[in-house]
Amino acid sequence: MNFALVDCNNFYASCERVFNPRLIGRPLVILSNNDGCVIARSEEAKQLGIKMGAPTFKNETFFRQHQVAVLSSNYALYGDMSARVMEVMRPLVSAMEVYSIDEAFLSLDDAHGEDFAREIRERVRQWTGIPVSVGIAPTKTLAKLANRLAKKTPQRQGVLDFTRVPDADAILAMVPCSEIWGIGTRLSARLAPMGIQTARDLKYAEMANVRGALGVIGERIARELGGLPCLDLEELPATKKGIASAKSFGHPVETLQELEEALASYTARVGEKLRAGQLLAAHVSVFVETNPFSATQPQYNAGAQTTLLQPTNQTSVLIAAALNLLRSIYRVGYQYKKTGLFVTAMSPEGAVQLSLFEEREDKPVAQGLSVIVDQLNRKLGANTVRYGSMGTRDTWAMRQNRRSRKFTTRWSELPVAKA
Amino acid sequence: MITGEPIPFEARLSLRIPLVSAKVQAGFPSPADDHMEKSLDLNEHLVRNPAATFFVKVEGDSMRDAGILSGDILVVDRSLTPKDSQIVVAMLDGDFTVKRLRRRDGRVFLEAENVSFVPIEISENQELVIWGIVTYVIHQPR
Repeated sequence: MNFALVDCNNFYASCERVFNPRLIGRPLVILSNNDGCVIARSEEAKQLGIKMGAPTFKNETFFRQHQVAVLSSNYALYGDMSARVMEVMRPLVSAMEVYSIDEAFLSLDDAHGEDFAREIRERVRQWTGIPVSVGIAPTKTLAKLANRLAKKTPQRQGVLDFTRVPDADAILAMVPCSEIWGIGTRLSARLAPMGIQTARDLKYAEMANVRGALGVIGERIARELGGLPCLDLEELPATKKGIASAKSFGHPVETLQELEEALASYTARVGEKLRAGQLLAAHVSVFVETNPFSATQPQYNAGAQTTLLQPTNQTSVLIAAALNLLRSIYRVGYQYKKTGLFVTAMSPEGAVQLSLFEEREDKPVAQGLSVIVDQLNRKLGANTVRYGSMGTRDTWAMRQNRRSRKFTTRWSELPVAKA
Repeated sequence: MITGEPIPFEARLSLRIPLVSAKVQAGFPSPADDHMEKSLDLNEHLVRNPAATFFVKVEGDSMRDAGILSGDILVVDRSLTPKDSQIVVAMLDGDFTVKRLRRRDGRVFLEAENVSFVPIEISENQELVIWGIVTYVIHQPR
């Protein structure tokens, strides 16, 4: 059995191009939530030397000079297109792990090589308009590496089967440790003193040394480079990880009330996501940040977390917990740039153990309320019905001056064809 | 908050039309209970392949005689392979256009369905991308 890693090429830029042919062939960048910096680039934009994280305000002139198309991020569109890409692939394989918005690991039979990868690639491209690259290998770590190589080498046409390359070690010798999935810059610095510079070095390194430097996880990665599978497909990753919602403010926020309103609405979003995934969370973390790029303003960053007595997906319970945490870390006199929360310690709905100390908190009444709120918001548009603490002013709402239309999720924003 | 003009179809898409309604006093089992069927879902009828299906709004009258009017919503399936004489959404010179695809003697045309519009022949240096096949037209009578 092999793994395939399917990765959408320049995903956000590709989504925009499906619905706006005029963006094809020209440099295109997508900005962060707040239009603050570049978070995605088309191939042409990369070739112009535009870096990830490049601040928008410093580059406006450059963008104009080089006729770079600049768009705010359109997560409604990217999320919908991501779901479509995954749905196209799911029936083609026996198992799939959605790894991120634009990547999935597939489980492949031995008979499924490059031809099958090309079929997947062509089908996703035709059905959704999104180009993807496919890396095939006996382990996830190698599949990730094969995918990168497939992307970087144009003659591969987006597909590389690592099990068929004549000299795998020669390829591994060209990959620095920092570019291996799960290693990165920080961990590769621990390997360098031991003379381990490349993926090939790591593959043949003494496992005891690797474990000493990187721990068990690092050892697994090293073994995976040698072709020994140590990481399985995680078909339900959501139950292990967490859900986060955090955004920068359009302008600095000072008052507790504004922070509370923002945080409450992010919390409502998290509640919706939990219920949509039929998940419960037991741990809530909240943070606030001032603007680290402001040299003149005093800086303050703080976070706080709590464990709920009872795992929940009820917005009212989550909001109460989040606001308590916020109040405990809020300090007067700062210009806040960002707040947010994340919930972890997830479990599937229906698997709840009753707490020894509390009666069940997610009472049927509150549950019914959250469900009705979700239904109304789905039908009538996000935030039609709000919890009182969310406020109605949205002065903190994010700046998104250059967003394309929500082509696939709003009847009022459909693409238009001339007749 | 609802943005833009409401499109009547929106309400209908999720409308449940029960085939059998069983409203009876408590205690008496409905004779229809054994015959209950799933409500009709328009998605099942209009959308064969959800992952590959997109909705596109029409602007203009060039397809009038094919029953496609300005303001209509097209159900467009990208998974189908374009064939001669199908109605398609195509990308041409940076715009989306809806036309009938014609292939004749190695030449490719996009034909309107309205006498006031001449067929567009795709020249060699023009790039034509068929974006998807129109499978249904959602039209509100006026």
